[in-house]
Amino acid sequence: MNFDYTPEQEAVKGMMEEFVEKEVIPFAAQWDKEEKFPWDTVKKMGELGIFGTALPEKYGGSGLDAICHAIVAEQLGRGCSSLRGVYSVAVSLVAKTILAFGTEEQKNKYLPGMAAGKLFGCFGLTEPNSGSDAASMTTTAVEDGDYYVLNGSKMWITNAGIADVALIFAKTDKNAGAKGITAFLVDRDTPGFSTKDIHDKMGLKASNTAEIILDNVRVPKTSMLGGIGKGFGIAMATLDNGRYTVAAGCVGSAQAALDYAKQYAKERIQFGKPIAAHQLVQQLIADMAVDIECGRLLVYKAGHVKNKGQRSTKEVCFAKYYCSEMVNRVAYKAVQVFGGYGFSAEYPVERIYRDARINTLYEGTSQIQQLIIGNFELGVSAFV
Amino acid sequence: MEIIVCIKQVPDTTEVKIDPEKGTLIREGVPSIVNPFDEYAVEAALRIKEEKGGKVTVITMGPPQAVDALRKCVAMGADDAVLVSDRAFAGSDTWSTSYTLAKAIQALGAFDLILCGKQAIDGDTAQVGPGIAEHLKISQVTYVQKVLGVKEDAIEVERGIEGGYEVIETPLPAVLTIDKSANQPRLPSMMGTMKALKKEIKTLTARDINVKEGFYGMDGSPTRVKRTFTPPPRKGGRMLGGEMEEALRELVKILREEKIV
Repeated sequence: MNFDYTPEQEAVKGMMEEFVEKEVIPFAAQWDKEEKFPWDTVKKMGELGIFGTALPEKYGGSGLDAICHAIVAEQLGRGCSSLRGVYSVAVSLVAKTILAFGTEEQKNKYLPGMAAGKLFGCFGLTEPNSGSDAASMTTTAVEDGDYYVLNGSKMWITNAGIADVALIFAKTDKNAGAKGITAFLVDRDTPGFSTKDIHDKMGLKASNTAEIILDNVRVPKTSMLGGIGKGFGIAMATLDNGRYTVAAGCVGSAQAALDYAKQYAKERIQFGKPIAAHQLVQQLIADMAVDIECGRLLVYKAGHVKNKGQRSTKEVCFAKYYCSEMVNRVAYKAVQVFGGYGFSAEYPVERIYRDARINTLYEGTSQIQQLIIGNFELGVSAFV
Repeated sequence: MEIIVCIKQVPDTTEVKIDPEKGTLIREGVPSIVNPFDEYAVEAALRIKEEKGGKVTVITMGPPQAVDALRKCVAMGADDAVLVSDRAFAGSDTWSTSYTLAKAIQALGAFDLILCGKQAIDGDTAQVGPGIAEHLKISQVTYVQKVLGVKEDAIEVERGIEGGYEVIETPLPAVLTIDKSANQPRLPSMMGTMKALKKEIKTLTARDINVKEGFYGMDGSPTRVKRTFTPPPRKGGRMLGGEMEEALRELVKILREEKIV
């Protein structure tokens, strides 16, 4: 067993730390306040090859391993959860899915642009009335000659408003349940495809979240991903990637919260000494530090399984469940260390606290993670 | 265009720790970075190369761990990196450091331009860049805040001076020291970072660069640091409270007592 970073991982960490410190942290509060999608920074990420970190060199990426992929998400999460979300969706949920299930033609069409951060994807699974129970979706894809015609709507889709292509899951057989779901790559400029931005979110204000409306969208059969009826399996496999970078992002956000809390605890004087010297504040800091390290190790363990080329569903669920809850505990404690000041947007822990909340909800609620883990542990499924 | 950029690895802290016995910097245990001013020099070099073609070689004199600083510059886009390192160079002052670097640059072959940061943030002397020019007997322009134009055999730059700037054209080869208003240094890319990791970095020792005995290291250094210290922090001023009129009266009294008015 080896807990050291490899030279590549160390180098990625150093490079990302500098990027986040210079290009993200100084601006994150402003993006949040203005609900501004940070296009300039996203473009810079593209130019620096950040989106291509864990995509193969063949398609213009750097071909680095799963731990490097997590380090990128962790560092982005340290600076701005919204930006981490852009990365997670574009790379983990879409590019890696095309890589795993796409035809060579689809890979050549999308991956080089995605690795360069010039082409963005979004992941259209959730619907207004279909969340945890993904198989209950009502979006349909009806065969029509060499085409499929898609109708329906997708809800809470990160990046949908800015994406060039949407990975849409739709029912090709309404009576076949999960087995009747098929995945399609739908280009934004396809007639009948539109999006509507969602505002007034509690957090992730700098990320784009939108509804996708599919109104008689005709896509060629060549845009089908992974074959007819394979959609549900693709969606689940994809979440093994998406949840992984969510978990990594949580570790980074929590680390930022801890770092801010430590700094503040050393500066803030009460009862004649820095609050860092008060035992109950030390308890908060110690609990945060241990909690974060547990989460980080779960993420890297999942990455280790991925690097071996093995299925990582269980390890990813462990990491996503733990880290998403952990970042909420840590953000809560960080605000506690800041006292009343932590309740103000003047300090970044307030944003971290709001941004933390989504993590136990999207890409499978904590309860869904528990049910998946329960199934692994017991061999008894609580679904169906 | 063959461009050499001289860089220095410095401690990443404003609180530089000093060995009280030797009067030299303690580098152990302090995270190291590329001297920030040198990053402006690297950026200036990369921009000239992008416009005119050629090659950018970064060079540093320092202990073996200084390769990390060189790798950072390769990650930014430098083509080649050279470490000048020898136990015999330890304790060099700015005179022998600039002599050693000049000899190393000569050993590398022909060059058109040498760029340095305007100064290092640890020693703050701003002497090594000009020293290199003197040892090589070529012209120099310090505090360059803008590169205006590069020709085959000359370069035109804007040089910062008190209350303004001068425009200077100098024949090549020349040494320029770059100020931070010159540009915004680029961040390393993912590909650059990986390229830098794999880059083989050449080390030049005293024997490789034809330095004269007694011109380098502690023995070759005409200056000695007698004492280095951190100045004591400024104490807070005195606050005069109470009513405005009373405070003013008190102020006038103090100013008279101190013979300021």
